[in-house]
Amino acid sequence: MTALTNDHDLHDHDDHHHHEAEAADRYMFGFWLYIISDCLLFATLFATYAVMGQNFDNQITPNELFDLGFVAVETALLLLSSFTFGMAMLGANVENMAKMKFWLIITALLGLSFLGMEIYEFVHFSHEGATPQTSGYWTSFYSLVATHGLHVTAGLIWMSLLFVHFNRDGFTNENKIRLACLSLFWHFLDIIWICVFSFVYLRGAM
Amino acid sequence: MSSTETGPGGQAHGSVQEYVKGLILSIILTVIPFYLVMTGTGSDTFVVIAIVIAAIAQILVQMVFFLHMNGSSGQTWLTASAVYTVFIVLFVIVGSLWIFEHLNHNMLMGH
Repeated sequence: MTALTNDHDLHDHDDHHHHEAEAADRYMFGFWLYIISDCLLFATLFATYAVMGQNFDNQITPNELFDLGFVAVETALLLLSSFTFGMAMLGANVENMAKMKFWLIITALLGLSFLGMEIYEFVHFSHEGATPQTSGYWTSFYSLVATHGLHVTAGLIWMSLLFVHFNRDGFTNENKIRLACLSLFWHFLDIIWICVFSFVYLRGAM
Repeated sequence: MSSTETGPGGQAHGSVQEYVKGLILSIILTVIPFYLVMTGTGSDTFVVIAIVIAAIAQILVQMVFFLHMNGSSGQTWLTASAVYTVFIVLFVIVGSLWIFEHLNHNMLMGH
């Protein structure tokens, strides 16, 4: 604390931006630590999936159900949405509200389409006889993939709340930090999806 | 992390070119494993190794081009915590597999 105060006295009072940037960095680092703990949550789910990988209990197996073309479209939607969020961030950096909103809406639509496809897939799998109760394998499959889906849902809700914030207050410091945190969260979800399509779908379809 | 202009999540100043590069590399690294599995090219071992390498490469691509992580001195804590995470994740996954492998092996009575 003393170090901080000294720092404040030594440097100037006019450099307001410097302090705002430092505060933003601190918030971002805090959120980054949350992302790390979320990584560990997914690590345990992937570990469970790997351990349960062959426990089919003579029931339906993934290679009978997985449709890689379908998964490829899901992957494309999520990857594109990660890119369009980047475009929204570029809009936010120059405080261009129209540009930011345009790309954020595209991102939300891509995210919604992804979620719709995932729900459709779960319903389809259940009809084919693969429910979370079917076998150890399917329990771990649904736990892992649905946890990712719930994160995407949370991201979409967060995105709509940010719209309200930006409409009300514009480009305030708080709103910019919120948007940067959501951006980190959204890119993180795409990185988790890389592991899901590689180790669950591609490996499971072989 | 203090007062650098880049931070995780594109809070700072990425450029369109950077995002486009990241997108193109990601597409390439996605198409390769999908192609190998869907066409059944190569042996199983080869395909699994290709999937793992493509996944790791794509994660790195997105960390660099989308999250703007570059290991610079301004990002010391960010880099340190990321490396720490990689280790913990490996311990959890490899450790679980290792333990259960031995457990299964030792439980196979009479086989």
